[in-house]
Amino acid sequence: MREIKVGLGTCGISAGGNPVFQTLKDEIEKHKITIDLKETGCMGMCYEEVLVEVVDNGKSFLYSKMTSDKAKEMISKHIIDGNPIEDWIVKSEKITKEESFLKTQKRIVLRNCGVIDPGSIDEYIEHDGYKAIEKVLKGYSQEDVIDIIKDSGLRGRGGGGFSTGMKWMFANRAKSEKKFIICNADEGDPGAFMDRSVLEGDPHAILEGMMIAAFAVGADEGILYVRAEYPKAIFRLKEAIEKCKQKGLLGKNILNTGFNLEMRIKEGAGAFVCGEETALIASIEGKRGMPKFRPPFPANKGLWDEPTNINNVETFANIPWIILNGAKAYNSLGTEKSKGTKVFALAGKIKKSGLAEVPMGMTIKEIVFDIGGGIKDDKEFKAVQMGGPSGGCIPASMSDLKIDYDEINKTGAIMGSGGMVVLDETTCMVDVAKFFLTFTQNESCGKCTFCRIGTKRMLEILTRITEGKGKIEDIDLLIDLSNKIKDSSLCGLGQTAPNPVLTTIKYFREEYEAHIIDKKCPAKKCPALITYKVVEDKCIGCTLCARNCPTNTIDGNKKEVHFINQEGCIKCSLCFSSCKFDAIEII
Amino acid sequence: MTEISDLDKEVKKFEEKLRIDGKKRGALMSLLQAAQETYGYIPKEVIYKINEEADVPVADIYGVITFYAQFRMEPMGKNIIRICEGTACHVNNAKNILASIENELKIKVNETSEDGFFTLLSVACIGCCSLAPVIMINDETFGSLTPDKTVKILNQFKKKEGVKK
Repeated sequence: MREIKVGLGTCGISAGGNPVFQTLKDEIEKHKITIDLKETGCMGMCYEEVLVEVVDNGKSFLYSKMTSDKAKEMISKHIIDGNPIEDWIVKSEKITKEESFLKTQKRIVLRNCGVIDPGSIDEYIEHDGYKAIEKVLKGYSQEDVIDIIKDSGLRGRGGGGFSTGMKWMFANRAKSEKKFIICNADEGDPGAFMDRSVLEGDPHAILEGMMIAAFAVGADEGILYVRAEYPKAIFRLKEAIEKCKQKGLLGKNILNTGFNLEMRIKEGAGAFVCGEETALIASIEGKRGMPKFRPPFPANKGLWDEPTNINNVETFANIPWIILNGAKAYNSLGTEKSKGTKVFALAGKIKKSGLAEVPMGMTIKEIVFDIGGGIKDDKEFKAVQMGGPSGGCIPASMSDLKIDYDEINKTGAIMGSGGMVVLDETTCMVDVAKFFLTFTQNESCGKCTFCRIGTKRMLEILTRITEGKGKIEDIDLLIDLSNKIKDSSLCGLGQTAPNPVLTTIKYFREEYEAHIIDKKCPAKKCPALITYKVVEDKCIGCTLCARNCPTNTIDGNKKEVHFINQEGCIKCSLCFSSCKFDAIEII
Repeated sequence: MTEISDLDKEVKKFEEKLRIDGKKRGALMSLLQAAQETYGYIPKEVIYKINEEADVPVADIYGVITFYAQFRMEPMGKNIIRICEGTACHVNNAKNILASIENELKIKVNETSEDGFFTLLSVACIGCCSLAPVIMINDETFGSLTPDKTVKILNQFKKKEGVKK
């Protein structure tokens, strides 16, 4: 059997996957070739998109960076003539160019992503799909399932890190006729995209995880709260739910076991705070997504005041694997207190950005350098930002740190949902702190005074520092405000919002001081503290910068050295990025 | 002419949904989403219609609209550009991309171009970090952008849509 799979997750599509797919389709029809052409999810190697996998007699050839033209040539040389084009292949039996990216990974959550066609329930079933729910419904009690999940050591992958088994146990013990199970797919951390990839690439695994959870806690209604910015994920989930209904995997009397479960999708409307459980529940109830005081916890009083269990996408995707392979197989991976694997979204100034699933306990260095291939353009590694707006920056000097919930907490960052944004020498840490504060300040729901006003004041202080108007006392003021916001906020958003500021002050205090005392931005990022200048020996007078300048502030005739009038310059950086001769410098 | 009858059809569909779902608990957000899908924004009259049909106070409806980033009370352009301002995009100079769009279309974030063709919005993260910097135009995502490439995409878009007209 021969097949061609094209990675058409959002990443593959934005890299130009759709035209490649169309070309392959046209060529296959034109040459009347018998071969299956399929769509699949994200293969993790986003830096090599568009990826096309050819499977021929059980042998796989993974083509990278495909275009329509290359696809045409691949069909004629490989598929018709039988000669694989080795230069374009990144992975096959013979070629192991990408071994370093893949070798140390352990794919549990991503087991089917980029392997199966996410639109086909049959393919999911062929890959052991819905076997776990069958095993559970036909052989286990609710307590058995909870015990297995507890023993596995699985902790909530949304960021909190609470024991999943314990959480289920609380919801199970709550007495009520009606219970809900909710999947939190409101992945809002800027810099995180693992949930999107799983939603798009393996939607059935999430549904199956939810079914098992629903059985364990005694729920008969499931809701997936998905962010509206993920149209493809929503499409995939709708399709998956529909197919499950047709196969009798959702609805009444599932697999003739008397188990009932309905499932539906609720689209989020763009509010970061809705990642917080009680806010998410308020949002499903059609209200403003504002958090509530806990207790009562959702396990006792959640959606419509009924017991409700909420887990994150990645947590649910782990469940079927754990049921099929046993708690022991899972807890043998990882560290003492953090078991199993974690998916990290590698992005920022890294060579190989994409998704990597590794056993807990791997060091930051191993992830950034061995898997991620190191820093883009071989610049100097400065820090990793983990945990998004709730997390912090861990400096390069600590890159031997083992990834584990508790180890990361000690640094002042958090595991979060798994976003890992790599920063290099050109990243200004004060600017990064300001970036996150802008975000949290914007997203604060406004319920708690310190979160609402405190983050605003912090942002003002950070802004004046980046403008060279800061005072040296500002650093202590920031720390003081941070601690007060943490202490007096109701939910995770406020309690963690100061983390990016605290960690950057802790590890990069000298950068704050440089902005305040020397009025300099060491990374040359903060517009008020830098000047753009033309390097006279390098400028050939091509006029490109002058044409790109939005304020017409660059003078110069053709073939003559240009000049930037500083008064009109708005530091938009378009001249710098458009110059092909490195003739614009930042000082 | 066809465009008007299309809108009529959509409005009928929305009103039907309002009638059926209006009284269901927790329906407010999906009603607002449907309204926005139909009209492109949430017109004031629709707030009152929802108020009547769903029996939710106008103040609560307004509260929900202003809480969530998705809802708008002003009409938008024909095409929505969302510039990603996530972490990965930020450190990969998304600001240059924003500058090039603002410069090309002569609009700022949250504004609509004079011809009503584009509205520019910013979004916290599209979840496409490995291809940073990225933008979305309607439902389509474009990655690994440079200022030049961005301008080209905008122009292609104008051309493509122009032909359809």
